[in-house]
Amino acid sequence: MDYLGSGFLRALVLLFSGDPETYSAIITTLEISTLSIVASLIIGIPGGFVLGYFEFPGKRQIRTISDTLLALPTVVVGLFVYAFISRRGPLGDFGLLFTVPGVALAQTLLVLPIVVSLTATAVESLDRRLRLTLITLGANARQIALQTILEARFAVLTAAVTAYGRAISEVGISMMIGGNIKWHTRTITTAVALETGKGEFAMGIALGIVLLSLALVVNAILVTLRRKR
Amino acid sequence: MKRKTVFTLGLSLLCLLFLFSGAVTAADRVLMMATTTSTDNTGLLNDLGPMFKADTGIELKWVAVGTGNALELGKNCDVDVLLVHAPATEMKYVADGYGVDRREIMFNDFIFVGPKGDPAGVKGKSVKEALTIFASKKIPFASRGDNSGTHKMELSLWKDAGIPLPDKETWYIQTGQGMINTINIAAERDAYTLTDRGTFIKYEANWKGNPPLEILVEGDAALKNQYSVIAVNPKRCEKAKYDLATKFSQWMASPKIQKAIADFKLMGKQLFFPNAAK
Repeated sequence: MDYLGSGFLRALVLLFSGDPETYSAIITTLEISTLSIVASLIIGIPGGFVLGYFEFPGKRQIRTISDTLLALPTVVVGLFVYAFISRRGPLGDFGLLFTVPGVALAQTLLVLPIVVSLTATAVESLDRRLRLTLITLGANARQIALQTILEARFAVLTAAVTAYGRAISEVGISMMIGGNIKWHTRTITTAVALETGKGEFAMGIALGIVLLSLALVVNAILVTLRRKR
Repeated sequence: MKRKTVFTLGLSLLCLLFLFSGAVTAADRVLMMATTTSTDNTGLLNDLGPMFKADTGIELKWVAVGTGNALELGKNCDVDVLLVHAPATEMKYVADGYGVDRREIMFNDFIFVGPKGDPAGVKGKSVKEALTIFASKKIPFASRGDNSGTHKMELSLWKDAGIPLPDKETWYIQTGQGMINTINIAAERDAYTLTDRGTFIKYEANWKGNPPLEILVEGDAALKNQYSVIAVNPKRCEKAKYDLATKFSQWMASPKIQKAIADFKLMGKQLFFPNAAK
């Protein structure tokens, strides 16, 4: 029990003393999750829009698949991506295994279904008259798409926040693809797993609190963004 | 608004490109090693890594996994060198052509630990006697169950004692986790377990020298725990950095580093005993 209290104190010390190992893990975590979120938004928002806006054969099946993939276990994504980027795999020549972009690539696959499904739901739930109004006003296809997503921006923002939460907190992919290499691919979550493996529970709790503080900062930024708009 | 979006998009794509290219070019003087949890969790590699960099200019990167997993990473050409501890499996690995130049570096020993007071009464017994007592009295026993070097050692001890593996017995707890976690589970369940001495000393240090488990069976010749360095076979894996792996292997066997290994202590206790061939 007593490691909870000492863990909390250690977290404060780590954050305010500028401990280099902790900050290296924080930066790696931010790097990976930002890369994966940006990539998944670039692919996922247009994908979600198409899935929510248009009627086409197979739409419901694709939607079911996307919803099912929300339950993807991180270790399975890790195994799947490992098979491709291992030196003996088809993408082995890029040397992505045990690197930050490798982890980001796998995390993109993990959170993409979240962005697609939540964006599609957001677009579907918009007032149907919006489309007709836009058409009457003479909007072209691109303007329609942009305005529709703009109208659904809060829900899309929620999708981004949810995806970010999943990316920043997962450990299976970071461990398998990143390898928890000190100063390079050690993220906060793999550091927690390592400290637990070492039996240093207080340090694990401390890093957990560091991760939550990080998530708090990211969310605070998003809330201010939402207000400004 | 539109220009801003285009700008953000472009910027993020640039970032992506930059990061990807960085990953491809920065891979020259880096030696990638797969090793076992015991060398990492005890902190030995945290000491040796920077020394290797200072002596040779080569950066040592390592992933700490079970020996089974480490060997598999070598098979898939994902690492250049291995530091593992499962001699019988390693010999077969080399014979099968996956690894070359196996070199023994250091050893410590395995020990049986159990609850203070030794409810099963195995203290000072031989390995065979202790295992027979566990099996006949159905004493809780925690096994790694993860194909690690320690797990392989435990399996061979059951076999040598002529006792069928108690795979499905309720008293046989297969944790599937690392060594410290398995020791913790043994402590919570009042169970016995097999561990390498180095990790147990680390566990004692965590408890400030007063852990709920104690060493009960030790010193049996069958309990020697040999660590070796193996280079990944460059004939199978073109990109494996065989020259750097050889340098690392020689460096580990050099008198200076052999002494550094002997000097690595936790709570005043030596964890690894160097024994590279001169």
